[in-house]
Amino acid sequence: MIWKRKHLLDIESLSADEIKTVIDTAHAFKAVGSRAIKKVPALRGKTVVNLFIEPSTRTRISFELAAQRLSADIVNFTAEASSLKKGETLKDTARNLEALNADIIIIRHSATGAPHFLARFLNASVINAGDGAHEHPTQALLDIFTILEKKGRIAGLNVTILGDILYSRVARSNIWALLKLGARVTLCGPATLVPRVFEQMGCRVTYNVEEAIADADIINLLRIQHERQRATMFPSLNEYTSLFGLNRKRLALTKPDALIMHPGPINRGVEIDSEIADCGRSVILEQVTNGLAVRMAVLFLVNGGKGPQELAAP
Amino acid sequence: MPSTLILNAAAIHRALTRIAHEIAERNEVSADVVLVGIQRGGVTLANRLAKVLGEIWRHAVPVGSLDVSMHRDDLDSRFSPTVHPTVIPFDINRKTVVLLDDVLYSGRTVRAAMDALNDFGRPQRIQLAVLVDRGHRELPIKADFVGKNVPTATNENILVQFTEDGAPQDVVQLERSA
Repeated sequence: MIWKRKHLLDIESLSADEIKTVIDTAHAFKAVGSRAIKKVPALRGKTVVNLFIEPSTRTRISFELAAQRLSADIVNFTAEASSLKKGETLKDTARNLEALNADIIIIRHSATGAPHFLARFLNASVINAGDGAHEHPTQALLDIFTILEKKGRIAGLNVTILGDILYSRVARSNIWALLKLGARVTLCGPATLVPRVFEQMGCRVTYNVEEAIADADIINLLRIQHERQRATMFPSLNEYTSLFGLNRKRLALTKPDALIMHPGPINRGVEIDSEIADCGRSVILEQVTNGLAVRMAVLFLVNGGKGPQELAAP
Repeated sequence: MPSTLILNAAAIHRALTRIAHEIAERNEVSADVVLVGIQRGGVTLANRLAKVLGEIWRHAVPVGSLDVSMHRDDLDSRFSPTVHPTVIPFDINRKTVVLLDDVLYSGRTVRAAMDALNDFGRPQRIQLAVLVDRGHRELPIKADFVGKNVPTATNENILVQFTEDGAPQDVVQLERSA
């Protein structure tokens, strides 16, 4: 499968084959990370901008390191220290960055569709690093990469996503990717945060956590997104923990080889007990390592030109 | 698309046997020699040569595979290449690396391969073996061991189909595109 996209805006519009192409490419880039020299010249001379209008450490640093390992120059742009504070529009900010010859713009924004908006008028490639509660495509790709590495397949696996689904872009991107690759997806959490409407995407929705985790091969825990909730969606974090938190007692009900995933940042003692976050079945830190490889792969792929893949015989 | 036969299975076998002997002749200390095939045709070639060389030297010859996608100079003008695994499970420092590819053309792949090898260490020397040299070099690169020199036009294509174990269907053909 030849990657022909200039942007990575969401998972929804990708085909299963395109997802597999990213994963295959990421495998090669993961190997680069274990060499003595961890840098390749693929994006030498390119300028990558991290346009983060919403705070993030993990994703921003991951993209930053990914760009550096590809030999690109990277500029970090945060909303707090920018002219957006002085009233500049997103469009003008992006145009200014392009006037500085940015080749790839990685955007995180609190508004759904912000990356799609930029992609409509920019010549640069646009990568979505999270737009509102809509999508976070590289997170889904690194989750798929991690599951494949551990389980060898996606098709036929039972994946349970537990927590705040309504406000989670990670959940939406994961649901798209998992369904496209043939997994069975179960969503669970407080009824206010897991609307039945997700059943229309092809997911199973349940409000009984024991039922949700019993047959799961993968349990993906999501943080309660305080910052995105407009009204109080459940009485208290303590109640959430007692009803839905993953503790030792609940872990005992799961399959012995079920993996625990979390996109981070984790709230120890809220959605996950501290000891479970650190246990042998938790792949939370491996997700971070794989995130770097996946983001290198995405940068490499969107950077491609337009000619035939094989310009000439070898 | 009209095609001309360049090498049949027996001729491929003879060419590889000769290359193996030339490599053995050139490199007296066989323990210092490692083979690295360029993805993908070069990897088949490397595995096949390793068998012949192993019989000549009576010891196993280390074989690695190298993907040059991340080091290419034409990434801007083509869709992103499919990246294949790079596996070099041995130390190349102070070794003689015999780099292998099926077809030598512009020389740009070989340049990228030498660049990529640098990330793994500093070999004592690098030698280049190819099954077919079709000419049209764009860089000052020359093969040390050549299976067959084939003069070609730029609108022609060398098609190599061969297997690690050698099969009766193995063939090298010259194709002319419209």
